Amino acid sequence: MELLIFYPLAAFTVLLALGVVFNNSPIGSAVSLIAMMLGLSGIFIVLHAHFLAVLQIIIYAGAIMVLFMFVIMLLNLKGDDKAWKIRERNLYLSIMTGVMVLLALYKMIDKVLDTTFGEGADVPDTFGTTVAVGTSLFTEYVLPFEIASILLLAAMVGAVVLAKTKVD
Amino acid sequence: MDLFSFTDEFLIDLGLTLLKIGFILAVTVGFFAPVLTWVERKQSAIMQDRIGANRADIMGFTALGLFHIIADALKMFAKEDFIPQGANRLLHTLSPIIALVPALLTFAVVPFGGKYELWGHQVNLVISDLDVGLLFVFAIASLATYGYVVAGWSSNNNWSLLGSMRTASQMISYEVTMGLTIIGVLMVYGTMQLDEIGAAQENFWRWGIFLQPVGFLMFLTASIAENKRIPFDNPEAESELVAGYFTEYSGLKFGMFFMAEFIEMVTIGAIVTILFFGGWHIPFIETQDIIDTFNFSWLGPSIANLITMGIQVGVFFAKVCFFIFIQMTIRWTLPRFRYDQIMKLGWKILLPLSLVNIVVTGIVIMLLK
Repeated sequence: MELLIFYPLAAFTVLLALGVVFNNSPIGSAVSLIAMMLGLSGIFIVLHAHFLAVLQIIIYAGAIMVLFMFVIMLLNLKGDDKAWKIRERNLYLSIMTGVMVLLALYKMIDKVLDTTFGEGADVPDTFGTTVAVGTSLFTEYVLPFEIASILLLAAMVGAVVLAKTKVD
Repeated sequence: MDLFSFTDEFLIDLGLTLLKIGFILAVTVGFFAPVLTWVERKQSAIMQDRIGANRADIMGFTALGLFHIIADALKMFAKEDFIPQGANRLLHTLSPIIALVPALLTFAVVPFGGKYELWGHQVNLVISDLDVGLLFVFAIASLATYGYVVAGWSSNNNWSLLGSMRTASQMISYEVTMGLTIIGVLMVYGTMQLDEIGAAQENFWRWGIFLQPVGFLMFLTASIAENKRIPFDNPEAESELVAGYFTEYSGLKFGMFFMAEFIEMVTIGAIVTILFFGGWHIPFIETQDIIDTFNFSWLGPSIANLITMGIQVGVFFAKVCFFIFIQMTIRWTLPRFRYDQIMKLGWKILLPLSLVNIVVTGIVIMLLK
């Protein structure tokens, strides 16, 4: 039963992820990315990780992507669609980007190759529940968590300082 | 793999869930959305000392203007479905749907009654008792932004674009307050499951309004701002932007934006009722007392439970109607705020206040322990 839900969801997510890369207009890419996030959170729900699923929607689809859309619309990139297409392609740059993405994905590919196809991963019952995420955040990962909060606070204060230009 | 062998228990659950979904759809789309269009006209007419909403008639009967609902629907169906030149056809068609669906989707986790024992079967009057219900509401509310933003962008019209820019900034600003107010409620009741929050308010003095009075005011303000109704209707400000993000929409697509707004009002009413006004509970009367009152020997406990269910669902929707009335009254009382005033209210007043609310709630909870 779960596989029946998983396969369409996974196909949907992958298709939209490709849509993000191959779309010609920035806003089309953004919309595909949002829909892909929804697919991802659907996969979390299949794993019974409701908390992670909802966070995925709130943080990525709900907050970050709204800002993306906001910026894209603010710049109004509509006319740039054509320029985007005829822009000169730099071969070396493309190869370098590809290699870097592969390196970044190395660990994940390694993990995927270890699994057998069509078999559900073995996750504990508490995976991704509110209690489990909260507990691990405040015990095991309390130091990285606090460092991240300070970093975010610094970024916020920095943004305020930068935005506060004096108007004479 | 036996995919399609269902147990009786599963079939009963499935039937009940479908029944609940049907009930919610009937109440929101079938009853509230159309009737509210009439209520809005009639209430504004009464408040402004006009006769109001009495033009549409069938053979001379006006029925207090209720036929306007039918006239509206017919008009929307009959209008030309217009897509402006240079518009993104796919997104232009998609965005009314993106706007309407979240408004309805919120009801998946909103309980409209408690738990009842019917013929040996436990019935929980919520479509899905998700353990992150409160966050789900918040997540869905944040998704609704896209419908309005994409609508304005895809219309290829400057008024629309300005409208959706305003929508985006306004909704982001007030989502922050909404999220932080929700945290206060969460701290008080210690759960994110909405039916548990409702059940925790059986005692009148444990209602959210007494435990989180500031939180209630901020939540109501933020949700009216999220719904973009006057006094927060800058995204569609008629005198400045023609009609804002839906300038280029006609017929039923416009109707869907219109319906989304009204259904959102019902949603706000329902969530406020659940979080702050005791949900389906009647003040000073416990559920068990109602069941005992009707538990005559010739009726049996299941019928008593059924009657109690009816009463409590009625009470819940009566409270929802009260909050819809409050929203309507605000809409016809206050003038539109200026854009900078809205931003100031959101970031400089509500945001610090909601942070203070969390700190104070935390301190009080610690002291009471």
